[in-house]
Amino acid sequence: MIRLKNIQATYTTVRGKVTAVDNVNLEIPEGIILGIAGESGCGKSTLLKVIYGNIDSPLALEKGQIEYGFTDEHGTIVTSANIREHWFKGISYIPQSSMSSLNPVTRIRQQFVDYLPARADKAAVLEAVRDYIQKLDLPVEALDAYPHQLSGGMRQRIMVAMGTYFNPNIILADEPTTALDVVVQKGILLLLMDIQEEMKNTIFFVSHDMGVHFQITHKMLIMYAAKVVEFGDSKVIFSEPLHPYTKMLIESLPTIGDKHHRAGVSGRPPSLWENLVGCRFAPRCPLATELCRTTEPAFREFHPGHFVACHHAEKANQLDEVAIRA
Amino acid sequence: MTMNNRLRIGITILAIMVLGSFLLPFFNEVDPTKHGSYPKNLPAGSEHLLGTNSLGQDIFWWLVYAVRNSLILGIAVSLFTITLAGGVGLLAGYLGGIADRIIMTLTDTIIAIPVFPILIVLASLVRGQTSFLIVGGILVFFGWAWGARRVRSMALSLREREFINMAKFSGASTLDIVTKEVFPYVSAFMVVDFINAILWVINTEAALAVIGLSNIEIPTLGSIVYWALSYNAMFTGQYLWIIGPVVATVLLFLGLFLTSTGYNELYAKRRGQL
Amino acid sequence: MTTILKTTNLNKVYKLGGLLNRVRINALDEVNLTIERDEPVIISVVGESGSGKTTLAKVILRLVHPTSGSAIVYDKLIVGKGDKPSNVEFFNMVQPIFQNPFEAFSSHRAVDSYLADTAVNVAQLQKTEVVAAMAEALRLVGLDYQDVRGKYPNQFSGGELQRVSIARALIPRPEIIIADEPVSMIDASLRMNIINLFLSLKEEFKRSFLYITHDLATAYYISDYIAVMYRGSIVEFGDARKILADPQHPYTQLLLASIPDTRTKWERKKIALSDIEAKEFGFTGCRFCNRCPIAEEMCKVERPPAIKKEDGRDVYCHFA
Repeated sequence: MIRLKNIQATYTTVRGKVTAVDNVNLEIPEGIILGIAGESGCGKSTLLKVIYGNIDSPLALEKGQIEYGFTDEHGTIVTSANIREHWFKGISYIPQSSMSSLNPVTRIRQQFVDYLPARADKAAVLEAVRDYIQKLDLPVEALDAYPHQLSGGMRQRIMVAMGTYFNPNIILADEPTTALDVVVQKGILLLLMDIQEEMKNTIFFVSHDMGVHFQITHKMLIMYAAKVVEFGDSKVIFSEPLHPYTKMLIESLPTIGDKHHRAGVSGRPPSLWENLVGCRFAPRCPLATELCRTTEPAFREFHPGHFVACHHAEKANQLDEVAIRA
Repeated sequence: MTMNNRLRIGITILAIMVLGSFLLPFFNEVDPTKHGSYPKNLPAGSEHLLGTNSLGQDIFWWLVYAVRNSLILGIAVSLFTITLAGGVGLLAGYLGGIADRIIMTLTDTIIAIPVFPILIVLASLVRGQTSFLIVGGILVFFGWAWGARRVRSMALSLREREFINMAKFSGASTLDIVTKEVFPYVSAFMVVDFINAILWVINTEAALAVIGLSNIEIPTLGSIVYWALSYNAMFTGQYLWIIGPVVATVLLFLGLFLTSTGYNELYAKRRGQL
Repeated sequence: MTTILKTTNLNKVYKLGGLLNRVRINALDEVNLTIERDEPVIISVVGESGSGKTTLAKVILRLVHPTSGSAIVYDKLIVGKGDKPSNVEFFNMVQPIFQNPFEAFSSHRAVDSYLADTAVNVAQLQKTEVVAAMAEALRLVGLDYQDVRGKYPNQFSGGELQRVSIARALIPRPEIIIADEPVSMIDASLRMNIINLFLSLKEEFKRSFLYITHDLATAYYISDYIAVMYRGSIVEFGDARKILADPQHPYTQLLLASIPDTRTKWERKKIALSDIEAKEFGFTGCRFCNRCPIAEEMCKVERPPAIKKEDGRDVYCHFA
């Protein structure tokens, strides 16, 4: 079980401190693909960075602890205190943009070797890497190329290969397919699913595209304005969402064959610089009442395994035509 | 606009030196270049703040005029150099193609000319009789090429940016694009280039003076060093004569350098916050 | 009938690499499209990256010169041999919307200055009419002039800035707007706002659109016509609803099957992904042959012809 306890992460800028992840408390079973959805700026990428342990100024973990569900060589549970030692082996990170993570002046094969301890046998490793690449249906010529010689899709597939090569317990993928076209996206998603089924790792997959979440995730986490608003099994979340925001996210995607009028989610999330009172989604919510504007809803278990932070959770699924608020 | 410390210190030093060298001369009646105005080789005292030199001139006043003249030369030459570099660079970078190749061939040729050997040859022909204008001209001729290259590479990369296309579809002419779209990005670098050019001018002029190419009768930081060397100031114990200009040069450099980097930092921050 | 868009044998060849190993990339390869209608239409050009769709947009926008071929927009020849409109005339007919709204505006200028410039230089309005024109254009996209005035690009969200970009394109009342992946950089849940805007601009204000995208779902939602491209060639072209309901080219079928929708889960079969780009551009036959489930020997050697079907569509395949 991976436990996120009271996570509070802030960014300190010249304007002051802003809380990008506000009091997140979750227990996530291992061996699943967890989807994290939400608009840009909701805190999902920050949450991922915090989980990875990549916390450098101006980002700071004000409060909270993470238990990663696996143990180190001494047998103790790994926590946020020592997660950095387990980068690449215990936990890996697949970023959105491969170009900023690959060394532009070395060949791809060299970059696999760079991660290894000094005394490792380079030739043997390269042989193993070559096998792994072929297993993933990637062309072996890609290993001998420089990053700029490969297309964006190819590079991202290489990043997935690098991120999964050491068979880490946890893989964090931050919008890995957002910049790619649909066919490559499907290829990468299928690849991730295959790897996960075989290696039984836990994948945290951040995306703003609900379609992708429907296809690959077992459980889902919806974030809004630095808070978690819903958490549960993907099947249930898509068929019976409890939070109006989740419902709106699902409804905003057009589908082929379906000509019924779709509307995007209107308005903007609140600025995190302001002092926010009550439910943060209230200004855009068609179900909002006075209670919502004054009191922040608690994040509680509404049905077994299905958590939501909303005063009117049961009514969300009845929103047929999502009312548009300017 | 919160200035950082660098900028503050840099501007303070410059303010003192600029105001000092431009305003103080109004309080002086004696021509500092006239030989024998005072007894020779007097030590520093209340009458002569830095003493007098072997020619009977007051070192302090010589220095004041020297700083002033060096600054005037520096600023004037830099303005010309920057304008030329900016104009040529923007044109070459933005137009690209054949125009760029021709202009850059010319620019690269000038960059490739080894400045110092040429100047030494000129010095031996001219022997200290050159007018200041010619010195300025030589400096502009050698100075604009590097800057042009820098501006051109910036213009080349900016030209590919999407907002240039947007400007085109908004009906902007080539001149509009160069001045309203490309130039704002380039201007911050040009300010820094301007300040660095002043440094380079003062430095080169000083070097020219020391080898006798400049007009050594006109007080500049370079000519003062020339005279001090000619009269073996270090050996005869007249340390102030040579240390004075060295310190003044270093201070000026420091002021210009701090202002340049401080401004750079400030501008970068402002763009980030904008 | 007005010829809204017609390209004839449009070709664009890029030569990459150094002196010793030049690679020819046919970014556009004999592209032939004809759309003739009397009402405004939305034409989608769909394909992966490297398909040539952006190059096509750039050629029609006259930002790139084709190696050969011609193009006609609203009955006027805009590219190719012959008399062509001047820049100002052209900008009054055709306007762009770019993919990245933050790149489309210079961070040193207030965004409304671009609108003002368009009003004065392209639409050639008087100084007194400029503000009214800007306010009207902004109103059409759902923004208030007072909220936009004097602000710099980073004071807007991606969606808002893209709307400003659309407003700017509307000022000269162009007949067709070329939108190059206008919603790719916007969150999936917010895309429909912009897509619906395009639809209303077509229906209420009679503007045609050329919508370049890799997202078939939004293309389905608003297009009248769709052209599917792969590695520089058109593979299928015709009525959008018909093609998306019944795709006939194997690549179109692959594209449709790759959309992550929220109704049916994908089959877990491996899909053939593209190889190193340069290799695929070098094929003499059909570019898709390596990945095609029904490819045969002839596909590797012979270019597929355009086969016209009864419902009016073109399918470029030997087995259509």
